[in-house]
Amino acid sequence: MTPPLMTPPLMTPRPVRFLLNGRRVDITPDHADVTLLNWLRQDAQLTGSKEGCAEGDCGACSVLVARRQPDGRVTHDAANACILLLPMLDGMAVTTVEHVAGPKGELHPVQQAMVDHHGSQCGFCTPGFILSLLAGWRSGLAWQRPEIEDLIAGNLCRCTGYGPIITAAESLAAATPPEWELARIAAEYDFLEGHHAQRQAHGLLTSDHGQSFYAPDNLDDLADAIAASPDAQIIAGATDIGLWITKQHRHLPAFISVMAVEELNRIDEDDAGFTIGAGVSHHHAQQALREHFPQLDELWRRFGSRQVRATGTVCGNLANGSPIGDLAPAFLALGAELTLRHGASSRRLPLDAFFLGYMDNALAAGEFVQAVHLPKLDDRTRFRAIKISRRFDQDISAVMGAFALRHDNGVITEARVGFGGMAATPARASACEAALIGHAINSAPTERILTALDGDFTPISDVRASAGYRRAIARNLLIKALTDDAVSLAGAGVHSLGLEGITA
Amino acid sequence: MTSTIHTSRVHDSAHLHVTGAARYVDDLPTPRGTLVVVPGLSTIAAGRITTLGLEDVRHSNGVVAVLTAADIPGKNDVSPVFGDDPMLADGRVDYHGQIIYAVVATSVRAARAAMAKAVITYEARRPVLTITDALAQDSLLRAPWVVSNGDAAKAIAEAPHQLDGQITIGGQEHFYLEGHAALAIPDENNQVMVHVSSQHPTEIQHKVADVLGWAYHDVNVEVRRMGGGFGGKESQGNHTACLTALAATITGAPVKMVYDRDDDMKITGKRHDVIISYRAGYDDDGRIIGVEFEQALRCGMSFDLSYSIGERAVMHADNAYAIPHMTVVSKLCKTNTPSNTAFRGFGGPQGMMGIERVIDEIAHALGRDALDIRKINFYPDHGKGEPAATHYGQVVKDGVINDLVAKLESSSDYASRRQQITAWNAERPHLKRGLALTPVKFGISFNKTILNQGGALVHVYTDGSVMLNHGGTEMGQGLFTKVKQITASVFGIDPRQVRNTPTTTAKVPNTSATAASSGTDLNGMAAYNAATTIRDRMADHLAELHQMAAEDIVFEGGMVTLGGEAISFAEAANLCWQGRVSLSSTGFYATPDLTWDPQLGKGNPFFYYAYGAAATEVVVDMLTGEHRVLRVDILHDAGASLNPALDLGQIEGGYIQGLGWLTMEELVYGDDGRLLTHAPSTYKIPAASDRALIQHIDLYDGGGNLAETIYRSKAVGEPPFMLAMSAFFALSDALSSACPGYPGLNAPATAERLLMTAGAVTAS
Repeated sequence: MTPPLMTPPLMTPRPVRFLLNGRRVDITPDHADVTLLNWLRQDAQLTGSKEGCAEGDCGACSVLVARRQPDGRVTHDAANACILLLPMLDGMAVTTVEHVAGPKGELHPVQQAMVDHHGSQCGFCTPGFILSLLAGWRSGLAWQRPEIEDLIAGNLCRCTGYGPIITAAESLAAATPPEWELARIAAEYDFLEGHHAQRQAHGLLTSDHGQSFYAPDNLDDLADAIAASPDAQIIAGATDIGLWITKQHRHLPAFISVMAVEELNRIDEDDAGFTIGAGVSHHHAQQALREHFPQLDELWRRFGSRQVRATGTVCGNLANGSPIGDLAPAFLALGAELTLRHGASSRRLPLDAFFLGYMDNALAAGEFVQAVHLPKLDDRTRFRAIKISRRFDQDISAVMGAFALRHDNGVITEARVGFGGMAATPARASACEAALIGHAINSAPTERILTALDGDFTPISDVRASAGYRRAIARNLLIKALTDDAVSLAGAGVHSLGLEGITA
Repeated sequence: MTSTIHTSRVHDSAHLHVTGAARYVDDLPTPRGTLVVVPGLSTIAAGRITTLGLEDVRHSNGVVAVLTAADIPGKNDVSPVFGDDPMLADGRVDYHGQIIYAVVATSVRAARAAMAKAVITYEARRPVLTITDALAQDSLLRAPWVVSNGDAAKAIAEAPHQLDGQITIGGQEHFYLEGHAALAIPDENNQVMVHVSSQHPTEIQHKVADVLGWAYHDVNVEVRRMGGGFGGKESQGNHTACLTALAATITGAPVKMVYDRDDDMKITGKRHDVIISYRAGYDDDGRIIGVEFEQALRCGMSFDLSYSIGERAVMHADNAYAIPHMTVVSKLCKTNTPSNTAFRGFGGPQGMMGIERVIDEIAHALGRDALDIRKINFYPDHGKGEPAATHYGQVVKDGVINDLVAKLESSSDYASRRQQITAWNAERPHLKRGLALTPVKFGISFNKTILNQGGALVHVYTDGSVMLNHGGTEMGQGLFTKVKQITASVFGIDPRQVRNTPTTTAKVPNTSATAASSGTDLNGMAAYNAATTIRDRMADHLAELHQMAAEDIVFEGGMVTLGGEAISFAEAANLCWQGRVSLSSTGFYATPDLTWDPQLGKGNPFFYYAYGAAATEVVVDMLTGEHRVLRVDILHDAGASLNPALDLGQIEGGYIQGLGWLTMEELVYGDDGRLLTHAPSTYKIPAASDRALIQHIDLYDGGGNLAETIYRSKAVGEPPFMLAMSAFFALSDALSSACPGYPGLNAPATAERLLMTAGAVTAS
């Protein structure tokens, strides 16, 4: 295989630098695509982090990543080391389970709580839970039941049934941080600030095996590099690309990362809407858009897990163009647009013109998604997004329906309906949209509207759902979107995280 | 008895788990030059290998050796019983994912790169994939096996009411978080040390020796702990162990093999999926007079443990119900799929689902609450009426289910919730709640009588510290913690004075698998016997020194009291050493009073029964089929619990695992026999939010075990798994209130199946 030629920028290659368990590491890995987990276990001899799936679904490999945000805040997130590539950690501080206890071996409160409440049985998933709990601890979690379940949704345990772990987490509300932990956090902060002050383009990190990883620190360099090396793999959070490496054993010779460009790691708001840069994580976007789009909050909460949302990006999810996409149907319904950048020039494209076919999109060679624009909702538009999956948390949807219905005096005047899982790409239901015009906003869809929807899609059967189920669900989601008394389990007072309002 | 037993104590590795210091096979420091093995898998389900082109693989960078069937000096077999599981396919392929060859290389990366160069061609034949295929083609591992009492056909025919039907129940992947792993280190003079993640070190020892053509004493197997087993490491670890041992002897280097998740799921067997056909006759009150079952289990391409699993499924077809006339026909279907294997419950869950389905359907037909039908059919409690015999002839003498269910019915507020649910459902067209309370009666002992033996080795050192070894393996269930408590209690010392050592074939030989929930019953009693032997020797010696009766010497609180004088246990041990008294002993235990005729299917195969019951409430969204579990109440019989915290952990964990089996975990195979759900992205086990917000779990106080088990405790590993049947029948109940007919729900009750079942029932 010939590596794609990449025009080397005029800079010296340098090693990846990060803080690992309080000690600075400068390393040029043998392979640019080595995962953090493999490096930890095989090179750093830190075997506490476990491999349970190598695809970011089980959380046994969770580590804590502290990162300086463009606004100077430091965020502490659990992340799946199995699908993080080592060079992605440049400038960050990583804590593994080996560095959670105190300097004299004193258990950290999250560890002590897990011991006291019998939170481990076989113990294999436990390190991952410890790091997720530590991420909650460092982020000031209130240790209430729904937040706890969300915090550990990305950590699978096959032994305990989760009860003892949840109880352990609840007990943390009363715990106090040990002195030594504050010192560690301060040291991490110093490293992150120091690295930021001296930051420079990541440089061309070249491994011994013909692989390169380039993370420029400004948008122009990024655009130039991608334009010059159209075959290089653009990478952001690697929550999908990581699996190409660990599961498909693909050899990718060159990576260009968007993550070091600060201006892409921002959400800008104006009267028209929000502009979400290519480096913005799901978690960041969820927090920032929660107030204006409460409906997206729950959708995001059920998107992957905390680990996945901490690293995976909004633009990456759209650019990757899976037939399901989870966010894409909602963004289609909301009328999102993309800014596509090629070298010095850029263009705007409606999201519904972006998806061309199965895993195919409108990006030209050397072009990339710079940002997505999400228009604000007006108060005459009802927006609902409903995800149906086999498991409530951390599952890819079988069908996802999103409905933005503008109405005047109770009559629909404009309809945008986006579906995932119904076609080769996330797509709008155009016949259904047309049929909805003139329909009353609060009454069940007529057979004419449902038939129009039937005609919009020819779904397929796969491991997640049969075609027949998908067709049935699509109809029923439309019923849910239009009738208040049938919204969902959530609408009936049964929150997806458990109970609310129902007293059993 | 001292306070070291019947008390909650944390898992003895808990502090290691939370710090990442607990070592699993893949975490062991390896000698320099350790190689890895990566398996090459079949890409067809059935046929003949016509070309095995591995030359380019062999010459690839980093490859040290490529193993095929021709390289095996001994027997090419990794099966537990019947000799029908080739380690490496020899010309013939029997399932998609079968191991054909193995690459020994310096790294997994190098091995994977090399394997891309393999050229394998096949002459495929049409595979037998499903139970239906197998039944149609009469592809069975053994002739149908029939166990019966009375005359079921006649009883059904003469009963006031009859019904018949069928239920399909899917399989289940174990999804132990730690995949299969082994590390083989060659030793001088034709020996090998194998570290492996296995529930059965002795079988590993035997299989490795057989593959290499060596004696058992040439192979030493060690298991410190597993990252979960659940039955999936009872026989399935043989492959990794044997391949690494062979690679190590061929290359002379240490060799490690760790299945990645996808390979693990493709290669290894799972819980048997099953189709149960039933016919039942019952009276106006719902009393079952006769029932016939046909259980057709998908076993996969070989026996593995299916013979015994089929037996246990038959023996649990009655669950907790005394049925005068019953016939069970067991069909073990041979298919071109991975060889299904042990999984928590070992056929018992499948067997029980049949009778619970019959009861659910009778209740529907009679318009009665299913709990009423259950109660009228229960075996009598001990001391309350004439004990009844099971269809396999064992008399149920230790019944508690009536009392247990009565207590749960009351504590769960079943009756008033039933009324509330009916009213609630009437007001909501799109949401339906359901409630069910189901019992569990589970037979404890290996079906195969000879396996019911355990061994231990205990050393007391002169400082009073104790080293404990036994034949059981630790997979998270807390066996080591319990056996440590037992040993400490015999010596009257703190459990912290006792150290568990890894399970090894060099210390306790000829052991049984840690399986059948028997770990504590067998090994705990063996350790008790070993420790008691030492303590008696100590007492005899000290009695002689102090001119007193041995039985007056008390071992308690870390002290040994000799009349008016008390010395520390350490001093006592040192005195015994000075008196040249042996402070080391083996201990052995064989479960008494077991009989079993495997041909007739009659006998007393179980030492006792474990009981439990659960009430689960659910809500179903009738527009999407999604459901949530709202509330769970469990009352479970662990006898006189050795460690209530650990037992409650087994109960809660077992319930959730059972919930996964019956509601969301679905194995999907392609038409070519390829497993399509081979990773957690597509195979979904329960996550934290799938746990009910309201969950009450209690231990039943039944006064201990009538059988003389270790400190009158009861086994608790498998029985709670089946408590999750209550969730499945709660879903059936919810569907019933939305549809006119009987829903006839199949498992797993995924959102799709619930919606489509409701649709089908409404449409019909």
